[in-house]
This record gives sequence, structure tokens and C-alpha cells, in this order.
Amino acid sequence: MQAGILLQLAQTLLAILLAPLLMGWVNQCRAWLQGRSAPPITQPYRTLRKLFHKDAVIAHTASPLFRFAPYMIFACMALAAGIVPTLANDLPFSPAADVIALVGIFALARVFLALAAMDIGTSFGTLGARREMLVSFLAEPALLMVFFTASLISQSTELPVIVDTLAHQEFAIYPSLAFAAVAFWMISVAENARIPVDNPATHLELTMIHEAMILEYSARHLALIEWAVALKLFTYSALGIALFLPWGIAGQGELGMLPLALVAMAGKLLLGGAVLAFLETVSAKVRLFRAPEFLGTAFLLAVLGMLIHFLLEV
Amino acid sequence: MIATLPVLPPDPVQWAWGLVLFWLALGFSALPLQRSPRALGRLVFPAGALGALGIAGVGMAGMVLPASTAILPIGLPDLPFHLRLDALSAFFMVLLGGAAFGVSVYASGYFRSMAPGPLALLALWYHLFLAGMVTVLLADDAYAFMVAWEVMALSSYFLVTTDHKIPAIRSAGFLYLLIAHVGAVALLLAFGVLHGGHGDYTFDAMRLAQTPPFWASVAFLLALFGFGAKAGLVPMHVWLPEAHPAAPSPVSALMSGVMLKTAIYGLLRVSFDLLDVQVAWWGTLALALGLVTALYGVIFAAVQSDMKRLLAWSSIENIGIIVAAFGLTLIFATDGKGALAALTLTALLYHALNHAFFKGLLFIGTGSVLHATGVRHMGHLGGLMRFMPWTAWLVLIGALAIAGLPPLNGFVSEWLLLQAFLLTPGLTQPYLNMVIPVAAATVALAAALAAYVMVKFFGVVFLGQPRDPALLEAHEAGWPERLGMLWLAAGCVLLGLFPALVIGWLAPVVQLLTGETLVNDASWLLLAPVSSERASYAPLIFFAVVLTVLLLTILWVRRVYHGRVRRSAPWDCGYPEQDARMQDSAEGFGQPIRQIFEVFMKVERETPDPFSRTPRYRGASLDKLWFLLYEPIARVAGWLSDQAARLQHGRIQWYLIYSFATLIVLLVFTR
Repeated sequence: MQAGILLQLAQTLLAILLAPLLMGWVNQCRAWLQGRSAPPITQPYRTLRKLFHKDAVIAHTASPLFRFAPYMIFACMALAAGIVPTLANDLPFSPAADVIALVGIFALARVFLALAAMDIGTSFGTLGARREMLVSFLAEPALLMVFFTASLISQSTELPVIVDTLAHQEFAIYPSLAFAAVAFWMISVAENARIPVDNPATHLELTMIHEAMILEYSARHLALIEWAVALKLFTYSALGIALFLPWGIAGQGELGMLPLALVAMAGKLLLGGAVLAFLETVSAKVRLFRAPEFLGTAFLLAVLGMLIHFLLEV
Repeated sequence: MIATLPVLPPDPVQWAWGLVLFWLALGFSALPLQRSPRALGRLVFPAGALGALGIAGVGMAGMVLPASTAILPIGLPDLPFHLRLDALSAFFMVLLGGAAFGVSVYASGYFRSMAPGPLALLALWYHLFLAGMVTVLLADDAYAFMVAWEVMALSSYFLVTTDHKIPAIRSAGFLYLLIAHVGAVALLLAFGVLHGGHGDYTFDAMRLAQTPPFWASVAFLLALFGFGAKAGLVPMHVWLPEAHPAAPSPVSALMSGVMLKTAIYGLLRVSFDLLDVQVAWWGTLALALGLVTALYGVIFAAVQSDMKRLLAWSSIENIGIIVAAFGLTLIFATDGKGALAALTLTALLYHALNHAFFKGLLFIGTGSVLHATGVRHMGHLGGLMRFMPWTAWLVLIGALAIAGLPPLNGFVSEWLLLQAFLLTPGLTQPYLNMVIPVAAATVALAAALAAYVMVKFFGVVFLGQPRDPALLEAHEAGWPERLGMLWLAAGCVLLGLFPALVIGWLAPVVQLLTGETLVNDASWLLLAPVSSERASYAPLIFFAVVLTVLLLTILWVRRVYHGRVRRSAPWDCGYPEQDARMQDSAEGFGQPIRQIFEVFMKVERETPDPFSRTPRYRGASLDKLWFLLYEPIARVAGWLSDQAARLQHGRIQWYLIYSFATLIVLLVFTR
């Protein structure tokens, strides 16, 4: 139990500390693919450090909610990162929140971000909040359906149990999981504000969603939000790996497996980041009202996955 | 004529009836008190609140005690009022008492600026309304039930039309009265079918009656229609977005939070208690209706620009979710899956209780906004968080709860319901296995849209810049109002943090209706309705961890770096000209939803001339069902009454001939 708690804390801290590195890696890959000279992989850390040292500039019209939101968002993302099994499956904290609660945590963070964006009362803030909620109202149920497909296979909504079932299964192919995987990919792209739904590198009012919401933030508040964004990308990547490529994770009481799990995880994350950068490079951002179609497809695929489970796999 | 109550009646049912009489007396005492409006606010409403607390207490006792009955010497000569308090009634009494306490405390401050005459009348109807609702829950024969049902409907009609000088409110009240009575007729017929021709209208006789499946189905359909009309089930929902906003806010809170639940109570009472058989397709029908209602309600909530109307549509959504859970319970119960039925029934009851608290809170919150600003249209609000911090933060709790976000209460009931969907494989009817994933997806979609609606509601009303200069003078709500909101907000938080205790407390009701109980598979900290391997959720730990991380982050940022803050004008990408009108309006925020779901709506737009110096935009998204369903019915009814009017000539000879002809026909019949 104590080892479990230590492992839990270590894993969460590792996620928090390494999340910006994954962001840096994705940015680097993208720069390479686009023929630019890449920033160093530690660039996100430097940005965070710079931001933390600056004085916060807050609009006159801001309410306490505006200053509170970044901390809330960061706490939510840290909690989410703690629930998802990255290295080991033995997480004593995981019974406190299952996959449905995980979706709830993401929603909580998103609602606070959207409310904070509306707090100053600028045109861009409200625009961003509205678009973010538009994207999420389809992405959130789709994510839930992806989790449901996995839960139906493993008869549980507990992430460790799901991962355990999927990792230690005889090699079996689940058609429903294939649908779920495609849906999950589309959802992660949308939820993490990447191309083709959103573009993390733009400040054009016609295109931005996430960036529009955090325009008014500066200094430590912005740093916390940026960090939370990196954590979110990390958590989603870890989720995808745990659900669809769970091999190599250390099971219950397999402490000796940890170094191997670390290597496997790092390898998968490097690969996943590179694939993300590649897909972002080869695709174009869609018009805003195409985004619901994109997400509707994801939703449909996820529901189809669940239906296929009921039809073929029960 | 009123029952002579012993000094200390032993049964909870006697206590409950005593409190009903107390409310009645309180209501009528308001009339002579109208000379001193202060006394009305300071005495009548707080005393009513104490009565509500008493009802909640009696309900708490009734949950654990065996059912108690009473026969009152009022009513028809050979049909006195039968009362009965069992666990199901007791649960709904706790719901009623808990929500009504907060609302009554709030009302004692809210109505202070009303003229004394109307206020006295309002106090009368308000307490009659409460008394009527409790009697509905207590009634144990069809006659008492219908009388109480009508008292509830009529008193709430008079409450809705409090501002009867406004024509729109009068017509909203009429629509409400009409649909309430169409529903009541269906209920009357349902009881007629249920009692099976024995001439005995007590519920006891109905429980014993062997209803053939066909007639049971007829009774169920009539009950679903009648109670559905009260609950606001699509397509009988049209009165709800008209009547709930028209009423004064505390009344809207009671109507949305509590009155709709009496319809749910009736559905449960009829289908699980009075009917001795259940047929499988009932559940599928209720599930489909509930899901359609949930989705329809939330879509329309997203496009509203009147804050109370938005909340009314959101009530329709929540009723949809509750009825969907009801349908699922029926499906499981008829399929012999008692444990699953217990799970969905728990989710249903939990959600009903939650909705009473958060919708009550949100409605009285809009009441404070109305008091402070006099505006219901969200396009003229904004930025109120700075002027009304108490109201804003308390309403935020309600908004987060209704959006289904952890660790508040809305999340728990949705969690339970979604768990039920995940446990379905293995139903005997294969077509149900196909329906379930789609149903789960619909519930998830409705829940996600509810978050959209609540961001819109809270963001447009309380955040941003004031859209009207008059808002700068907005004042915070008074202490009674704050206390009322605080009570309901505390309910939202506590129901969210201690779900395992609440589930244990709900067990007698679940046991009564499904014959099974939901066993929590873990300590009180952990909610694990099936088994802790299968699914668990511990909101308290969840909350503690979020709080710890939050505090650690704040401390760490302050310690390692600094807490320096500079204030300046908003940045907004450097655009120099910004004013409050450039924020999203309520219509603007709902625009994406309107664009996606335009098929369900009739959209009316008035776009300004491009060269206009004072451009005005108006847009309304109207309910298409009104035009497709209700207007044709209204036209047919109008045509029929026109035809009937031909009989009227205003000449006495004709009327004498009518009487004569009627007499002849009757004589032929009774020959």
C-alpha cells in the first residue's frame, strides 16, 4: 500500500514535470517536418520560467473568478494525470475516480476556462468560450462512448482494471476497439486544440478557439494554463496508450517491471508525438462549422464501436 | 369538521397532516394580516419555512418507519380521505421539505417590495400550493389524490398569474391551466381503469385488483400522458417554458424543483405500486420519450435569451433524464434484473432530489438578479459578479452542479445512470441491447449540452461587462435571500460529497418499489454501487485532492515566485475600441447550437439595415412543435366551437325546443 502511494505520487509528479517536454518534442517534430529550424526541446520550460517571473497584468474588469481559474484548471489536470496509469497499474488513488469521473474532471477544467474567458467581457474571450463549448459538447460524449466501449470489454469503468484486462489479454482483436481508437484520436486532436480543429500557433480571430480564451491571461496565470495544456496533452497521450497500446505497463506488484515500463512509455510517447506532428503537418485546419462534422464523425464512430461490441463481442 | 388530532399523534402520517393543516392556517392567516406587510414577510413565510423543515423531518422518519395510514372524516359521504405515508411518499416529502425550506426562507425577504394586498393573496396561494403538494404525496385514494392534485394545479395557476396585469402572463397562465386539466382528465380516466369496476377508489383496492395486461397498458398510457403533461414531457411540454418564467422566482423554484417531481412520484406510484403487472414495452416507450425530452429541452435551453425561460427549458431536460431513468427501471424490472432496476431507480430518485436543489437555487438566484436589475432578458445583463458576489458564487455552485460536474451532486446521479447503461449486456430482448448504446450516447450528449447551457447562463448574466449602464447600481440580495440560496447550495455540495450515505438512505424506497436494494460495496467514503472492482467514485477524496493540489500550487507559486499584480485595460488583441456591446449576446452564444439544430426550430430574425445608424437585431428560436402540433389542434378546437355556436341563436323558442328534444331523447333512453 505504501509503495503504491509512493508510486502514485511519483507517477503524478513525473507527469507534471515531463508534460512540457512532450509539448517541446511535438513542437520540435513539427518544425522539422515543416522545414524550419526547431526550438530546443526544453523551450516550454523556458517559457514557463519566463512567465512565472513576470508581473501579472489583469484587466480592471476581472472578477476573483478570473484569478482563481488557472489554479483550478491546473489542479484538475494534475488530478487527471494522476488517475491515468502511465508506468504502473497499481494506483491506490484510482478508485476515487473512474473514467466517467475523468471525463468530469476534463469538463470541470474546461468550464472554468470558458467562464474565465467570459469574465473580462472582451469580444474574443466570449467568442473563444462559445467555440470551446461547441467543440466540447460533441467531444465529451464521444470520449465517454470510447471509454464505454473499453469498459464493456473489461466489465469495469476503473482505468487500472481496464488497462489490466486489455494488457494481459490473450492476443484478441476487438473490432469495437478499432472504431474507438479512431474516435479517440479525433477527440484528442479536438480537445487539445490541434489542427484540424484548432491551431495552437495562431492568433487570427477567424480561426482561434483555445488561444482566444486565454488572450487576457499573463505571467503566472498564463504559465499555469500553458502547463495545464501540456499536462492535458500528456494525459490524453497516456490515455490513448493505456487503452490501445497498453503492452509493457507494470502490473500489480511488479515493481521490477518499472524501468522497462519507463522505457516503453517514453518510446510510445516519442512515437505518438511524432505521429501527431506529422498528421498536423499534412492536414489543414477546417472551417469552424466543419468542426462539428468532424466531431460528429468521431461521436458516431464511438457509438458504432459500442454497438459493434453489443453485436459481435457479447 | 377537521379531524380532532390527539395531542401527540404517534404516526408520521398524522404529523404530516398536522403540518398540512398548519400551512393551510398560515395561508389563511395571511389575509387578515395584509394590513401589515412586514408581518407577512417576517412571520408567515419564515413560519412556512419551519413547516417545510417539519415536513422534511417527518419524511426522514417516514423513510425508516413502517407505512402508516389515516382516514380523515372529510371528503365524500362514503369516501373519506385516506392518507398513507410509506417510504416513497416520505422520500418525496423530504425532497419537498428540503427545497421548500430554502425557498420559503428566501421568499421571506424576496417579496418585501410587493404591495400588501397582492402579497397576502400570494402568501395564501403559496401555502395552499405547498399543502396541496404534500397531500398529493399522502393521498391513498383516487378521490383525495385528484382533489389534492387540483388544489396544487389551481393554486399554482394563481401563483403563475401573480402579475396578471401583463397580457403575456395571463395567456401563459391559461395555457398552463388548460394543459394541467387535459392531464388531470387523463389521470381521472387512469384511476377509473385502475379501480377495475369495484366502486372502491382506495389505492388499497387498486393494489389488490387484478388488471388484465391490456387494461394495465391503457392505465399506464393514460398515467404517462397525465403525469407527463404535469412533468413537461415532450410533446406536452409547451406550457412549461411559458408558465415557469411568468411566476415570481420563488414560485418558479417550487414549480420546477418540486411540483414536477410530484408527477414523477405519480408515475412511480402508479406503475410500481398500484399496477400489479408491468409490460416490457412500457419501459422502452418511457425511455424513448425521456431521451427525446432531454435532448429537446437542452437544445432549446441553449438558444433562449430570457434567463428564466432558459432554466425552464433546462427543467424539461432534467425531467427527460428522470423519465429515461424511469423507463430503464421498467425495462430492468420486467426483464427480471432486480439489482439493475434498483440501480436505475436510485439514479432516478437521486436526480430528482438533486434537481430540486439546484434548480431551486438557480431560479431564486434569477429572482435576486431580477430584484437588483428588473431585467429578465440576458441581453441587458452582464458583469453582475462584481456587484452581487454572494448571489453569483452561490449560483455558480448551482450551475456547476446542474452541468453535471464533479464533485457536486449532479454528477453523482448522472454517474449512477451511466453505470446502469454499462451493466446492460445480457438483456433478454436483443433489440434492447441495440437501443442501450444509443440511449447512453443521448444521455451523454444531453449532459454535455447542459454544460454549454450553464456556461451561457452564468457567463452572460454574471460575467463580462454590464451590458446596460443601469446595472452599475445593482445591489446584493438581502440576508434572508442569501440564507435561502446558501441552504440550497449547501444541499448541492453535501449531496455531491456523500453519495454513499445518500444511497444507503434511499434503500427503503428502492426496496419498496423493486424488491431489491442497492448495496454499497465499500465504506461510506467510496460510492461503489455494484462492486468496487467494477466502478467506484469517492467525491470526498476527489475534492480533497483537488483542494490540496490547488492550495499547494497557490502556495508554491507565491513562495517561489511572487504575487505581484498590475491592473490595466483589457488587452483583447490590441483592439482599441471595445465596449460591452461587443461581447457575445445571449443569442450570439447560442448561435452555433441554433445553426446545428435548426431543424427543430422556427427561427425568426430581424436583421438591421446595413446603413442604419441605430442597428437593432432581434432573433427568436421558437418551438416548431407548437406550430406543427398545437396550432392545428387549436384550429380544430376553434372550428368545432364555431360549429357548436351555430346552435346559439339567442331566441328563447330555440332553446325551448332544445330542452324538449333532450327530454324526449332521455325518455327514450331510460324507457
